[in-house]
Amino acid sequence: MSTSTSAPAGSRPKPPSERARRYAGFQRRGWIIVVGAIVVVSAVRIVTGTDDITSANTLRATILSACPILLAGLGGLWSERAGVVNIGLEGQMLLGTWGAAYFTYWYGPWVGLLGAAAMGLIGGLLHAIATVTFGVDHIVSGVAINIIGLGATQFLAEAYFSDLQYGGPRQLTGLEGLPFATVPGLSDGLNNLNGQHWFLVSDVAGFLAAFTTRVSVLTIIVAVLVAVTAWLLWRTSFGLRLRSCGESPAAAESLGVNVYRYKYVAVLVSGALAGLGGAFLALVASNGFTTNQAGGRGYIGLAAMISGNWRPMGTVGASVLFGYTDALRLRTPAAVHALLLLVAIGLLALAAYRAYRGARVAAVVLGLLGIGFLLWFLLTDTVPREFTGMTPYVVTLLVLSLASQRLRMPAADGQVYRKGSAG
Amino acid sequence: MAELAARDADEAVRAPEVRLAGIGKRFPGVVANHDVDMVITPGTVHALVGENGAGKSTLMKILYGVQKPDDGTIVVDGKERSFRSPTDAIAAGIGMVFQHFMLADNLTALENAVLGAERLHGIGDRARSEFTAISQRFGFDLDPDVMVEALGVADRQRLEILKVLYRGARLIILDEPTAVLVPQEVDALFENLRDLRKHGHSVLFISHKLDEVLAIADDITVMRRGTSVGSAVPGEVTKRQLAEMMVGSELPTPETSESTVTDVVQLALRSVTLTDDAGRDLLADISLEIHRGEILGIAGVEGNGQAELVETVMGMRTPTSGRILLGDRDVTGWDTRRLREAGVGYIPEDRHRHGLLLDSPLWENRILGHQTRRPSTRGPWIDRAGARHDTERIVADYDVRTPGIDTVARALSGGNQQKLIIGREMSGDPVLLIASHPTRGVDVGAQAAIWGHIERARSAGLAVLLVSADLDELIGLSDRIEVILRGRLVAGFDPSAVTLQELGTAMTGGDS
Amino acid sequence: MTFVRRAGFGLLAPVIAVVIAMLATSIVIVASGSDSGVGDFWRIILAKPPNRILVNIVNQTTMIYLAAVAAAVGFRMNLFNIGVEGQYLLASYVAATFAGAGLLPGPVNVVGGLVIAVVVGAAWAGIAGVLRVTRGVSEVIGTIMLNSIAGILVGYLLDRYGIHGGNQVRTHTLSQGSQVPGWTPFTAADGAVWALDLLAVAVGIGFWVLLNRTRFGFDLRATGMSQSAAVASGINVKRMVLVAMLLSGGVAGLIWMPAFYGSAYTYGTTFQAGLGFTGIAVALLGRNQPVGMIFGAVLFAFLTAQSNSLTLQTDISASVVLITQGVAVLAVVVAYELVRRYRTRLEQRAVAQVSPDPTREGVAA
Repeated sequence: MSTSTSAPAGSRPKPPSERARRYAGFQRRGWIIVVGAIVVVSAVRIVTGTDDITSANTLRATILSACPILLAGLGGLWSERAGVVNIGLEGQMLLGTWGAAYFTYWYGPWVGLLGAAAMGLIGGLLHAIATVTFGVDHIVSGVAINIIGLGATQFLAEAYFSDLQYGGPRQLTGLEGLPFATVPGLSDGLNNLNGQHWFLVSDVAGFLAAFTTRVSVLTIIVAVLVAVTAWLLWRTSFGLRLRSCGESPAAAESLGVNVYRYKYVAVLVSGALAGLGGAFLALVASNGFTTNQAGGRGYIGLAAMISGNWRPMGTVGASVLFGYTDALRLRTPAAVHALLLLVAIGLLALAAYRAYRGARVAAVVLGLLGIGFLLWFLLTDTVPREFTGMTPYVVTLLVLSLASQRLRMPAADGQVYRKGSAG
Repeated sequence: MAELAARDADEAVRAPEVRLAGIGKRFPGVVANHDVDMVITPGTVHALVGENGAGKSTLMKILYGVQKPDDGTIVVDGKERSFRSPTDAIAAGIGMVFQHFMLADNLTALENAVLGAERLHGIGDRARSEFTAISQRFGFDLDPDVMVEALGVADRQRLEILKVLYRGARLIILDEPTAVLVPQEVDALFENLRDLRKHGHSVLFISHKLDEVLAIADDITVMRRGTSVGSAVPGEVTKRQLAEMMVGSELPTPETSESTVTDVVQLALRSVTLTDDAGRDLLADISLEIHRGEILGIAGVEGNGQAELVETVMGMRTPTSGRILLGDRDVTGWDTRRLREAGVGYIPEDRHRHGLLLDSPLWENRILGHQTRRPSTRGPWIDRAGARHDTERIVADYDVRTPGIDTVARALSGGNQQKLIIGREMSGDPVLLIASHPTRGVDVGAQAAIWGHIERARSAGLAVLLVSADLDELIGLSDRIEVILRGRLVAGFDPSAVTLQELGTAMTGGDS
Repeated sequence: MTFVRRAGFGLLAPVIAVVIAMLATSIVIVASGSDSGVGDFWRIILAKPPNRILVNIVNQTTMIYLAAVAAAVGFRMNLFNIGVEGQYLLASYVAATFAGAGLLPGPVNVVGGLVIAVVVGAAWAGIAGVLRVTRGVSEVIGTIMLNSIAGILVGYLLDRYGIHGGNQVRTHTLSQGSQVPGWTPFTAADGAVWALDLLAVAVGIGFWVLLNRTRFGFDLRATGMSQSAAVASGINVKRMVLVAMLLSGGVAGLIWMPAFYGSAYTYGTTFQAGLGFTGIAVALLGRNQPVGMIFGAVLFAFLTAQSNSLTLQTDISASVVLITQGVAVLAVVVAYELVRRYRTRLEQRAVAQVSPDPTREGVAA
């Protein structure tokens, strides 16, 4: 939402508004963090000798892990920006996994995508009816949706997949996949560069290689959805109205905005996005449907949205972070071990920053945590394999615990709103 | 300059003529409006007066399309209209500024202004120049890109007025606009209203402050108990006559009887400072004393630290520095429960959020705030019989109109809820009472009763810290008045000698 | 409002919900095109259970009820402890390991195991509570993350320190002296009602007393109804959050104890997972009331037990009762909301009849 610099005729040129200055500050800080992170990761790679942590394979796996989380996070964002907390993303994602499997089996992957979104949307519809029309507490409704989602998915799988080829009561594999895209030439070159293991250059190459090699069409769709979300919600009157429902529904209603309608739309979109997340899981990230495939990603997506301060790019950043740690644990144990060092450095850097800002207690706590991880890294050679499974959940807790300070959720988020409350 | 005047001439509007006839509206258990008639002549400032609970706000919500009337007609420029939502009213040229501002803090002034009206001028540059044009035309001086949370109360009100003008409102309804303003800001607002009238707009001005109404209005309609009881013209009617139409008798003001101030200090604040996380001083070096038998009134524009002062004395916030003494005990940093046990009673500003459990029966609300004392509890156990018995007593002594003590608090009217709270807070034999806007949203009958209870308690030796935006209430009840501005106590006054102008000047920081 | 009327209102919503759930289930079965009809489904579900299943239902009810109370303690305060599942998982493992080690003699070992279970459950929930109080981390996400962590942790510990036999791993078996005999109402083959089922009774009574008769219970309910009013009344909300989470987790720890001491005697494949989530559903269904949750627990236990026969006699998957349960939960919260609103309107009318004023603003709050 940048300010235009064209001024009405005859008046002085206005100084850049506070808004524009703040936005520029944001962008600057974001770039510093990204560049700094790449440098640190590259250094850690050299020091620990674990090339895995920035190999193109790992980074590709990061994308595969991040996208379902991102879709859930985007879904959460749509809903919460309109003031409805959607805990039911997990259940909607599960419905999406079934929808993707069923419709892909019978009609091909493209219809599978639509089917997944439709199933998620149905879950969203239930949530919308309960919370918007009937005024039920948002979290209670979300919990109920998750119960229904899990049960329905299990039941539908048993009912429809048991007799199919490559199917069974709890799974359906052998589904037709979505097309991949590879940028010729560039992809090979970048992969080679990555294999050279040169400081910084190879890491960046690996990063770029991940985006140019065997990128699923669905990943591209996800990127487009992020851009569309950002544009729709912040640059159009539709988005303004939707956001106003989450900031002050009374004000919106007093101005003739149909608050119920916007909340409905937001929650339906939210469910559809979660359903697409399920499609990603079933069609791209793994080779088919299994029961309870979401594995908590609906919640991790919410955590990504919160850590991303309810903004699309922030959600992307947090999802990539979660996806990265998830991808690492699937690689060699040495990679997870190196992750400890990364986490330690991150915590210590944060501690230094907080100390610089004068928050002594926070700095001390962070510092201790950082030293703890550092010691863990130094004193052990490897992390037990089972422990690595915990990585995404522990990281989620860590990020949320550290991020609470400067987050600002939509002012009326979670509020049960009754029509006619205006005035 | 001349260019501006020429443009002004082009902008003159023709406001609609609005006739309300026989309007009625019922809610479960209450008749909010019945047989209301009103005529608003184009290009005038029309005042609608009545006490709290007379049905004014409901009538306005009907006119603005937020509620649908059960009976009666609305005729705009000779055509009968039915408003199903504010959009319809806006289309008819009617705009409303609510008493509680309808602004989203996290959006900019421009975003708040264009919300719902994006089709008029888009949401980009065209909208911005229209915004600025209106702001300049009426002297509002508003920056479109500032976040609303940074705006003060008077600016927010102007933004609300700008919002309705942006949508082409020609009849502007203002619901109790001066409730949150100091006298100087009221004058500024009235200048704005005269400008609007000059441009041809009509203004419908709702208030229960008769001095202001007589100063600004061209016509007056009086409501009482949900219906219109008469109309008047300012030149031809006195304040007393208006008051009689409003309540059937003279509007009461609290009368202070002879002084009961002792020389025993009950509450003392010594250099209390409260700093927030961002380093701003919410309270700066506050020192005050309240004696037993004394009412200290705190006057100030909303947002200058009164709420923080109350929260600090109640233990909900801890001062960054300074000391608080209750009697001769240092209670700095004590939590709310300990303070309450030590005899501090609290009548909160927002009783729905801080004073009651709305969906609980009255006898359970008796326990609220007194969970560690008789008669509500005995040790770790709740004493149901004790609580119920005492609730009956309060209902009788404080005239709380309810079918029984098992009724949920939500079902009671504002005045009765407040009477229950006062009865509860007085029951603990408090030594200090903190009363924050004690008669806000309360009908006149209950208001007089509440003033009576506070005065009686004061005579019995209670010390009272009174915070109020109702300057009449402050002057009438207090033994001393202090003015708070930006977290600091800046002036002290003797209520029997101070004028509203002096108070207003001090509340806004100096020259008017 | 008279007691009968109030009781009637209390029952209205759950009854409506159950009816809707039955309707929804029937629709799902018809839509899924199974060869067996809806009639077959209801015939099996509503048949009188054989004795063996009856015993099973009683045992299941008590465990579900414990889970429901655990969840309800938090829910009454608007604290959503979704981590009941992970708390009882971890607590069961630790208690089983401790009891299996036989450090204490006979009956004392039983008490020791129970205490350990409570402590571990409380501590695990306490982590989420601390995160919520100090860092503002939503307890919903926090407890769910801890669920997954608990599962992985227990898997690791069991693998590392358990007894391997064939494909299975388990903890040391409880010694004879510490096994708690049950009551066998029918034949031995029909199974025993576990003695520790009485824990559920004790917990239920304790919960009711806590909520309605103690000051702490009042504070808890007040915080759940209006946090702002609670703060103004002197309640230390942060402390309440922490204590409520600890209580909730502590009760959660007990969930599987009746089964452990009554028939499993070891933690391994005998462990029954999923009770946490069922408990949450029952808590919602029973509106977090001690008595209401009994009926919910019975209903769910009954449905689940009967559904096992479905796979034997029809081609309808047993998972369909999951849908029934889920729909019931959603329907009940909607129904409660509607009933509450209707009640408020009745009360407002009653108040109006008492007051002489024909008009009052500020009533339709």
